[in-house]
Amino acid sequence: MAGMRTVEEVLRADPNKYEITVFGAEPYANYNRIMLSSVLSGEKKLEDIFINDRAWYQQHNITLHTGADKTVVSIDRQLRQVVTQDGTVAEYDRLLISTGSKAVLADIPGKSLTGVLSFRDIADVQSMLSYSQTHQKAVILGGGLLGLEAANGLALRGMNVTVIHNNAVLLNRQMDQHASKILQEELEQKGLTFKMATKVKQLVGDEMGHIKAVHFANGDTLDCDLFIMAIGVRPNIKLAKAAGLYCEKGIVVNDTLQSYDPRIYAVGECIQHRGETFGLVAPLYEQAKVCANHLTEHGVAQYLTLPTATKLKVTGINLFSMGDFIGDESSETIQFTDSDLSIYKKLIIKANKLVGAVLYGDTRDSFWYQELLESEQSIADIRAGLIFGKAYV
Amino acid sequence: MFNHPRIIQTTCPYCGVGCGISATVNEAHHAVKIAGDQTHPANTGRLCSKGSALGDTLDLNSRLLNPHINGHPVSWTTALDTVANTFKDTLERYGPDSIAIYGSGQLLTEDYYVANKLMKGFIGSANMDTNSRLCMSSSVAGHKRAFGSDTVPGCYDDFEQADLMILIGSNAAWCHPVIFQRIRAAKLANPELKIVVIDPRRTATCELADLHLPVASGSDATLFNGLLCYLSQQNILNQNYIVQHTEGFENALHSAELSAPSVADVAAQCHLTAADVQCFYDWFSDTEKVLSLYSQGINQSSSGTDKVNAIINCHLATGRIGHPGMGPFSLTGQPNAMGGREVGGLAHQLAAHMDFSNPSDIERVARFWNTDNIATKPGLPAVDLFNAMAEGQIKAVWIMGTNPVVSLPNADHIKRALERCDFVVVSDCIAQTDTTAYADVLLPALGWSEKDGTVTNSERRISRQRALFKPAGNAKADWWIITQVAQRMGFGTAFNYQQPSDIFREHAALSGFENNAEHGLRDFNISALATIDQPTYEALEPIQWPVTSSQPKGTARLFGDGQYFTPSGKAQFIAVTPRSAVNLPNEDYPLILNTGRLRDQWHTMTRTALSAKLNQHSPEPFVEIHPNDAENTGLKANALAVLETQWGTMLARVTITESQQVGNLFVPMHWTEQYASQGRMGALVNPAVDPISKQPESKHTPVRIKPFQAVWQGFILSREELSLSDVDYVVKIKGGDYVRYELAGQGLASSWLEALKEYLINDRTEEYHWQTYQDASQGVYRAALFVDAVLTTVIFIAANHHLPERHWLIGLFAKNSLELSERMALLTGRVPVGTEDTGKTVCACFNIGEKILLKAIKDKQLKTPQEVGHCLKAGTNCGSCISEIKALLG
Repeated sequence: MAGMRTVEEVLRADPNKYEITVFGAEPYANYNRIMLSSVLSGEKKLEDIFINDRAWYQQHNITLHTGADKTVVSIDRQLRQVVTQDGTVAEYDRLLISTGSKAVLADIPGKSLTGVLSFRDIADVQSMLSYSQTHQKAVILGGGLLGLEAANGLALRGMNVTVIHNNAVLLNRQMDQHASKILQEELEQKGLTFKMATKVKQLVGDEMGHIKAVHFANGDTLDCDLFIMAIGVRPNIKLAKAAGLYCEKGIVVNDTLQSYDPRIYAVGECIQHRGETFGLVAPLYEQAKVCANHLTEHGVAQYLTLPTATKLKVTGINLFSMGDFIGDESSETIQFTDSDLSIYKKLIIKANKLVGAVLYGDTRDSFWYQELLESEQSIADIRAGLIFGKAYV
Repeated sequence: MFNHPRIIQTTCPYCGVGCGISATVNEAHHAVKIAGDQTHPANTGRLCSKGSALGDTLDLNSRLLNPHINGHPVSWTTALDTVANTFKDTLERYGPDSIAIYGSGQLLTEDYYVANKLMKGFIGSANMDTNSRLCMSSSVAGHKRAFGSDTVPGCYDDFEQADLMILIGSNAAWCHPVIFQRIRAAKLANPELKIVVIDPRRTATCELADLHLPVASGSDATLFNGLLCYLSQQNILNQNYIVQHTEGFENALHSAELSAPSVADVAAQCHLTAADVQCFYDWFSDTEKVLSLYSQGINQSSSGTDKVNAIINCHLATGRIGHPGMGPFSLTGQPNAMGGREVGGLAHQLAAHMDFSNPSDIERVARFWNTDNIATKPGLPAVDLFNAMAEGQIKAVWIMGTNPVVSLPNADHIKRALERCDFVVVSDCIAQTDTTAYADVLLPALGWSEKDGTVTNSERRISRQRALFKPAGNAKADWWIITQVAQRMGFGTAFNYQQPSDIFREHAALSGFENNAEHGLRDFNISALATIDQPTYEALEPIQWPVTSSQPKGTARLFGDGQYFTPSGKAQFIAVTPRSAVNLPNEDYPLILNTGRLRDQWHTMTRTALSAKLNQHSPEPFVEIHPNDAENTGLKANALAVLETQWGTMLARVTITESQQVGNLFVPMHWTEQYASQGRMGALVNPAVDPISKQPESKHTPVRIKPFQAVWQGFILSREELSLSDVDYVVKIKGGDYVRYELAGQGLASSWLEALKEYLINDRTEEYHWQTYQDASQGVYRAALFVDAVLTTVIFIAANHHLPERHWLIGLFAKNSLELSERMALLTGRVPVGTEDTGKTVCACFNIGEKILLKAIKDKQLKTPQEVGHCLKAGTNCGSCISEIKALLG
């Protein structure tokens, strides 16, 4: 997504600058990966989530290679060319790496059993959908955004879903304890089951090598037909590393999204910028803009990571968080709750500036808060009405 | 039983105007519709806000409905036996002067009469005083000195006939509103009528004033001494009248000349401009028909009696008394202060305008009452009475229908006195007052709507107060209670009354008893009513005393003939040397505290505070302060202040106003511990009294003021009454569907709120939900409690007094359920803001609605989702709405 967004930005800035070739390991043109949850839940159809079809590539004179055969297997930086699985070679003046991330697989005995999946691409979604038609019991490992969206989707598809989370707080990277508690209650009302602060000991399979149960460290067991690993992603840097590009957690880039090789740029979840890696969409699009700016030799843009906002794509559940939503001793908290309406809002203020927020149940003003946070304007004069929304200041 | 509404004519129980009320009674609903009685001469159909709201005060929840001993309900027999036996024991062990009755200008004449008769005639001590001591006794003493009798010479009809009206120390607009309406009407009808208001404050009464003289506090006697001099200097004196009908003029003029020789001198002493003084003196000089209306501003002073006489002197010197449209006119505070004086309810009085100064009066009354145990010397007036109680001399006291813990000066001392007293009986219609808290025995008296008897207003007019309802619970008439105790004490034959008219006849008979030239004439004479039968009493029309065989229809004015009730038959000039207040401002207490009434509350609020309407005008105890003083003392408008005097402290909300003079503060007299934790002005007031009238100096106490250092302030609106603890300032305000509490605390707001929330949900079986808002670092804590989805309580706390207006929130309590927009705005305390209807949300990331998108697509002719994204950002984040945007574009 970040890669093709960069291409779009390049085309917009200077359509004739480059002759462009695109390689994709999946057998499709580019699609909106974020929307996989909606496809899983049935709220979107697969065709709804494609961003550019093959005609678009033709229209813009882009050569598109897709599928496993066309997976790039090496980069020759001396020759400035890339080589695919099937030996296709393409030369480059500039190379843009956008290999994204890979799901982290928990190192649990039984992780290779059939029926143990991650939730990463269209193929995963298709597998999950077919399971939902033939099986009953789904277990999701990971109470993060992806895990909950998978859980919700499978539940809507009629499965009995249990979410296992190693923390006592769902979405603990995006929510505080209070919001998490309301979320859990609401999801439980939707029929999900949670096993919180629990460690999986092993996955047990049947004689066919298919998963049939989950065993927990505390001795509990749980029947299981489908086990989804959703405990996070890590940058996919195998190719870059093999090419000798400097990587740490991700491909290390500067503020122009340039790697240690000046001809090679990288964007998206595969990069590491100023020590940070990325998992949400908003910064990726910003990277695309900056990267395109440099690829088209405008050379003025600088990428800075802004606090990012989170939303959970579960229909009927509105939650939003951004920035530092926990706070520390130097910050101040404004809080609003309504237990009957399942509304919880928390704003973190530092030196009269909004630095973080959690909104649950009422997210109408989330964009406004984001603007306030990004613009770093003083909220001193609007503080009294701040948590009630833009209309009250 | 089917109940038809009945219309009953009765009299208002509040101020001394004594307005007639026409009450439409619905017994089934215990409800009454109040209207002014068109036929009553005092008000001819007019009513003020308090009188109009009487229907709101009939709630039985706050009523005392059973006798209690030490807090436990008992039978009447037990209660009466206990009172009678304890009084008898006390009498035997310690003598008559160890017993006291402290009554009230709220008692009916019949109640008053039997209380006075029991105490002075049979227990044998004159230790019967009443709250009229706080209100009228300087007028009584002034009248007595000048006229030889406690006589208000004129009548309300004089208002329409006067050409100059002087209101002195009277905020009639608020304290006697119907009189003020009459004056307003008179002014409209007679543009020549001039009105002068003499008051240190610029009160609501000044609205009608052609001239306001903001005299220095307490300087009234100088102003009127100056007037006497001026009248003399200008040859305005009525020499004929002075010679024929008065005595003592030379001395009076001499004193006046010594103290107030010239306009310039008076202006300097009273802090007035010479031009204003001159104007007032000229108007007085030039106007024959001049009425001087005075009230507590004159009476409540350590030289109140002299001030009354300084005013009367000017009328005597011009002969302007006893004729239509002229004369001194004391506006009484209470509905039956006058009736109390008729029966002899003050400690220095005996009965029927006879007192202890004349041995033949004592002998006469003893004979009439057929007692050999009559008191022979004056008893202790209020302040002295409670001092004696604090010193252990009063062993048993019976307090009737009044709240001295609030209303007497140095009121904290009154608490100590009641604690010291062995046996405290309180009869009242309200269960919980600051005074009932000290009672050993509580006796449930009838409330206004149940009482039956007579009252006398400021113009000597006797009117019937009639029962609208049957007694509530086990409440009994005061006269019955007193009679029962008297019988149990062994005085049965003298207290064999079956109904109020029995008492009234005896009272009327006593007024005429040996009231003649031979034995001495007395002004109070209603002997023509001494044989009134029950039906006639029942139907008695309002009538002004004297009511005698020669004046059977009553008497509008006295002294028209220049004959007075002094031994010589001549009115007495009193030489007045103005005195300053007893306690003057000093370095520690640099300001002067003034006290008084508000428009919509009555006395200690036991009844008026039951009315939501009446509580809106001034919901909290406040202090008025001049802007300069506020600045000097660091006070901010609407913040809280601590007032401190040598005698006590009070908390009040600050009102900064130029209607106060620099150096003066004003606080309302009404708040009690039932409604405000630290709002009793009585605790502040110095116990200095007038040496003659013994009336306390309630309008002049040295005071200091400073900001109250509250850590937090707040308010609660609640459908239920709450018991709030650990809070330094609480004011309770009853509303229609809610109770409002105004609060301030010096502890930690968050922990106080947590404890309160715990208390509010404790033992609740219904489903409840909280809405909360907090900005702890700003000290902001707000919460709303919904019980079974109904808004039940809202709590607003802030670090200062900047809290939202209460009006909108209060309105929500009238609703059964809230709109979502109201609920979401609830804790802002503000009306929901009309948010633009943007249509169904399409882009959730940037909160862009369908209507916004369609408008932009149309206005800017957008063709693609990308163009839409560039224009509105919609669809540029997660992109999940792009298909919907496409649909809108399509």
